Amino acid sequence: MSHWLILPILLPLFAGSLLLLPLAERWQRGLSLLAALALIPLSLLLIRTAASGDLSVYALGNWAAPFGIVLMLDRLAALMLLATAVLGSAALIYALRGEDRLGKHFHALFQFQLLGINGAFLTGDLFNLFVFFEILLIASYALLLHGGGAERVRSGLHYVILNLVGSAFFLIAVGTLYGLTGTLNMADMAQKIAMADAERAPLLAAAGLLLLVVFALKAALLPLYFWLPRAYATASAPVAALFAIMTKVGIYSILRVYTLVFGDAAGELANLAQAWLWPLALATLGLGAIGALAARTLQGLLAYLVVVSAGTLLAGVALGSERALAASLYYLLHSTWIAGGLFLLADLVARQRGDKAGDLVQGPALQNPRLLGGAFFIGAIAVAGLPPLSGFFGKVMLLQSVAPGSQALALWSVVLGSGLVALVALSRAGSTLFWRTGHTVLGSAELDHGRLFACILLLSAGPLLVFAAKPLLAYVQATAAQLHDLDLYRQIITRGGAA
Amino acid sequence: MEALFAITLGLLTASGVYLLLRARTFPVVLGLTLISYAVNLFLFAMGRLGGSVAVIGTPGEYGDPLPQALVLTAIVIGFAMTAFVVVLALRGLGDLGSDHVDGRPDEEEPRP
Repeated sequence: MSHWLILPILLPLFAGSLLLLPLAERWQRGLSLLAALALIPLSLLLIRTAASGDLSVYALGNWAAPFGIVLMLDRLAALMLLATAVLGSAALIYALRGEDRLGKHFHALFQFQLLGINGAFLTGDLFNLFVFFEILLIASYALLLHGGGAERVRSGLHYVILNLVGSAFFLIAVGTLYGLTGTLNMADMAQKIAMADAERAPLLAAAGLLLLVVFALKAALLPLYFWLPRAYATASAPVAALFAIMTKVGIYSILRVYTLVFGDAAGELANLAQAWLWPLALATLGLGAIGALAARTLQGLLAYLVVVSAGTLLAGVALGSERALAASLYYLLHSTWIAGGLFLLADLVARQRGDKAGDLVQGPALQNPRLLGGAFFIGAIAVAGLPPLSGFFGKVMLLQSVAPGSQALALWSVVLGSGLVALVALSRAGSTLFWRTGHTVLGSAELDHGRLFACILLLSAGPLLVFAAKPLLAYVQATAAQLHDLDLYRQIITRGGAA
Repeated sequence: MEALFAITLGLLTASGVYLLLRARTFPVVLGLTLISYAVNLFLFAMGRLGGSVAVIGTPGEYGDPLPQALVLTAIVIGFAMTAFVVVLALRGLGDLGSDHVDGRPDEEEPRP
């Protein structure tokens, strides 16, 4: 079998371990950037492997599933790896311009963060998913606090405590599922749950919904998103950009567990999460939009827009149809990269406003108003979902995927309403930052072209996802179809895990 | 035995939740610790109580080894997280001047 599957895990693991050595800064930066950039061709290679429609299985230690831990590569996992690799590389390029000096071991932590994220996307074992969650979480704790400061410590304390509680819930849910089904492998558990009798079904449902709470906490679903706006708004810019993928890990986990384990073929427990996901996703959308309207800083506004995009994605996941899923996956790429780009842009703007930083109040004129204003304009159009950029296509596909009826009425009104509110919030922020300025220009902050490059790289996803729409849509539609093909995943068990 | 075990876990969890909702960081850390104890015992119980030691060569029916491995993993992860949150709480005390979980100074009037 090919060993390419494990490289997204081994590469950041070895790079991160090497970066713990007291290397000179030049070597630290070079090694870290090389490891992050190498993930992009690697994930493209894995996308090409997954595009054949096959499910690649990598049995660690050559123990067949369900007795060993297996890594699974399907179209969805490959897509998530690509999203992570591009976002991580851009965030790292930005960090190389100085943010990595704010504290110790930035590059090692960054690589371990990528390790945890990639591992979460590839694993086919529920407890191994827990372990990778913990890896990405503890790296995120340290990265959030990177640079210190009272505000970071305050929001970091909330973030850490809340996620520790979430981890405890994860273990209770996994333990209950193991106690009832006797397995931890997702595909094997799916078979066991499908055959569950009426006596065990309520306990399995309780464990499944507890798992939903855990993933919803990571995905920023109401009422579990209140940690996100403050944490993201206080993190340094490359860390906030990298965190744009963190909610996607939660959404991916919801998608994986509730289409595979509790999906269509789960018998009494089929589509367990949908009844809860649908209203909560729409409520998350609405309240996130209200938060965006009320935000007082640019970073806070962007953090609430991350909540809005998480709600939009989860609404698509909750619809459950292949068309809605394809639309959600397209929108997922868009929202990950545009949100990351906007967090980087917010930092570029803040640097030219002196002590006003990201506050949405009148401040000094910017040194590069046309350049930064133009980038903000493009990012705002993309995130609000206006034509001709990728956010528009994602939302239109999502709205078209729902059948006429009460579901359509709810989805259309909430998605379009939140889009309007986001547009209002972004317009107000943009006019405050770029038009309603004083006449003096601070001479303190020259525009750093390395930082600008990383920012533009991510924001260019707006037009690029439109140009590449045809192959991308073919891929995500096939991905949505594959996720519903549960026989494909059962082969992990029936064929003994051989790839 | 299962009933006594379950009651013990319930008490541990209830105590942990109570401490978790306190206003100072150190009781919160203790609450998280109690909850992780309860979770570890719960994981162990999911392999069913009873059975002999899971060692090759031991006669009789052995206990389920898999939850024991899960518990060992969860213990070290919980320990790392607890160490981190303790240091973070101390850092919060230093940076914010207060060990209140909201980072609010003691003398500050509650906001309207």
